Amino acid sequence: MSKTLLRGGRLVDPANGRDGVFDLLIDGDRIARVGRDLPIEAGVKVVDVPSGLVVVPGLIDMHVHLREPGQEHKETVATGTASAVAGGFTAVACMPNTNPVNDNAGVTGYILAKAAAANLARVYPIGAVSRGQKGEQLADIAELKKAGCVALTDDGHPVSTALLMRRALEYAGMFDLPIIEHCEEQTLKSDGVAHEGFHASALGLRGIPGECESIMASRDIALAELTRGIVHIAHMSARQTLDAVRYGKLRGAKVTCEVTPHHFVLTDEMLGAPMAYDTNVKMNPPLREDADRDAMLAGLKDGSIDVIATDHAPHHADEKQVEFDRAPFGITGLETAVSLCFDRLVHAGVVSLPRLIELLSVNPARILRVPGGSLAEGAPADITILAPDMNVTIDVKTMKSRSKNTPFDGWTLRGGVAATIVGGRVVYVNDSMDFRI
Amino acid sequence: MKKDLLSIDDLTTDEIYLILDTSEAMREIGQRPIKKVPTLRGKTVVNLFYEPSTRTRTSFEIAEKRLSADTLNIAVASSSVLKGETLIDTALNIEAMQPDMIVLRHASSGAGHILSRICKSRIINAGDGMHEHPTQALLDAFTIREHKKRIEGLKVTIVGDLLHSRVLRSNVRLLTKLGADVWVSGPPTLVPAGIERFGVHVSVNIDEAVADADVIMMLRIQQERMQGAFIPSLREYFNTFGMTTQRVARAKPDVIIMHPGPMNRGVEIASDVADGPYSVILEQVANGVAVRMAVLYLLAGGVEVD
Repeated sequence: MSKTLLRGGRLVDPANGRDGVFDLLIDGDRIARVGRDLPIEAGVKVVDVPSGLVVVPGLIDMHVHLREPGQEHKETVATGTASAVAGGFTAVACMPNTNPVNDNAGVTGYILAKAAAANLARVYPIGAVSRGQKGEQLADIAELKKAGCVALTDDGHPVSTALLMRRALEYAGMFDLPIIEHCEEQTLKSDGVAHEGFHASALGLRGIPGECESIMASRDIALAELTRGIVHIAHMSARQTLDAVRYGKLRGAKVTCEVTPHHFVLTDEMLGAPMAYDTNVKMNPPLREDADRDAMLAGLKDGSIDVIATDHAPHHADEKQVEFDRAPFGITGLETAVSLCFDRLVHAGVVSLPRLIELLSVNPARILRVPGGSLAEGAPADITILAPDMNVTIDVKTMKSRSKNTPFDGWTLRGGVAATIVGGRVVYVNDSMDFRI
Repeated sequence: MKKDLLSIDDLTTDEIYLILDTSEAMREIGQRPIKKVPTLRGKTVVNLFYEPSTRTRTSFEIAEKRLSADTLNIAVASSSVLKGETLIDTALNIEAMQPDMIVLRHASSGAGHILSRICKSRIINAGDGMHEHPTQALLDAFTIREHKKRIEGLKVTIVGDLLHSRVLRSNVRLLTKLGADVWVSGPPTLVPAGIERFGVHVSVNIDEAVADADVIMMLRIQQERMQGAFIPSLREYFNTFGMTTQRVARAKPDVIIMHPGPMNRGVEIASDVADGPYSVILEQVANGVAVRMAVLYLLAGGVEVD
């Protein structure tokens, strides 16, 4: 088994209380030792980590659409995981709204086989709550768990009724599976395509109020309390939802939540400028107003938000190059997340780097109950090496994702990814840098 | 002028007045025995209509013909859109035949912006979803100015389904830009969120909204709004927001009553108001041709404005 010593450089491992200059020895697919000035054994490959780089536990994106099976023109497991490792993610959890829906062991097994063949990031499938995501009948949850699903969701939609959500929470609790909820009161959403407010009104776009999300989150948090089930609120966008989560946590409900980079960076002002009706700012939930964006930053700062996830939602250019109200919701996120987090959170003084690693690694691992989020000796050697001060200009042409639907093309941000290691294997090195591994 | 007219925001105040002044000259052409000038001879104008329209399409077509443009009407049924070709492909195909201008009516807000980005032809927005209908606001301004000799300082009250109205959005932009005191009124279910940021007064009290108004502009209420629970019934709507002679009496004695059409008599407006002495509804239609001639002429490069 090959051994690699990452020597020097800042190591940030909040799960083990480490933040300082440490060496890290990888032995095969595991972390063998972490310490100061580790001895160099014979046959060990030594990699000097420059002082500007940071070694952290592999990042985990718990909300990704890999689109396979069924929508391979948007993304595949192979292109999606290539995108993930280029973005510094050593693992992704993928949503079940594929075609067919991941509501059975066959589809779960197919996704895992594709992931094994791609051999890049780890892939944790998320199963459907209901058969076909139709909101009528529970999927075979024990079977999904056994096949490798780490959570359940009807993402794209909320679980249809309070009764079905109650049953799902009760039943999934038996397997310790969290239910990830896309919160949206669908009658209130109606045919909305953008956040309800001045900008949507000015452009003549139908609105979706923040309460559309918070009403459903409140329902689900109440049901989590009733059932002692575990609920995770996906892609939170509205300040009212954050309040609902805070109140639920205060009462002891088993509730956690995530926010996407675009919801803490952008607002609905983007609907009109710089390019009016840009379908790359159409996503669900929609970009909300300043007060919501500021609430998300406050939630990241005060600890009430648990996770940053991208909701990576690739769509083909043909699907996006249509009238705004006809375009599908969603943007890609895997290859822009780290730069946005550094630039808008760490360098802006909103969160510390250790806190960012909790949001991007420790907490997703804990919520999904998967390995990772730690650089402890004996843990899998899933490691990301970050370059906090590297200037990155986002360029869709160099992205690994099959789809290019991002509003961040051309943005210059401070902070990026130097290298990504999964199970001791270097799966990504940023070739725009001098750093080699 | 900018290449395209997608929104009133594309026009400066000077350009709006230039259009209104040019419209005066254009109107004179329509009063001649031979209602035709060679101004746009050799220019091709495509009227691309994705939504049924009688008034606007006819108005543009007459305007184009009076200026001697070669005009072509394409009415795209929404069913054929669902079957296949995207708006971009349709536009590129039309563009390949090198028209000079495309007049676009479409059910989606921002449809004109898509064409604007890919077409060399000049794009005139003839109504896009709930967004804008700029030539309607221009012809409304022309009509107001004709009667009131000014727009600045006038109290203009717009009543009806504000939420779904592109006419509202163009008029609010134009009238506030020219310094009018704009009031809007309608049931709260039909008021767009944040509309006060346009600098208008919002009131659900129609009597307050029309008090001392110089201009009352009515917007159409569509039957299907009852299904969406925006309003309980047309009868109740008429009783609460319908324009009656009693309500008109609260406005200035020389108030003018406007409506962009098509009008629902007995729903948003009583017939005796629509046909009454204050009504300028048919003048709006007549002025529409002159204003559209002016827009076509100026966009075709008639006059350079800086």
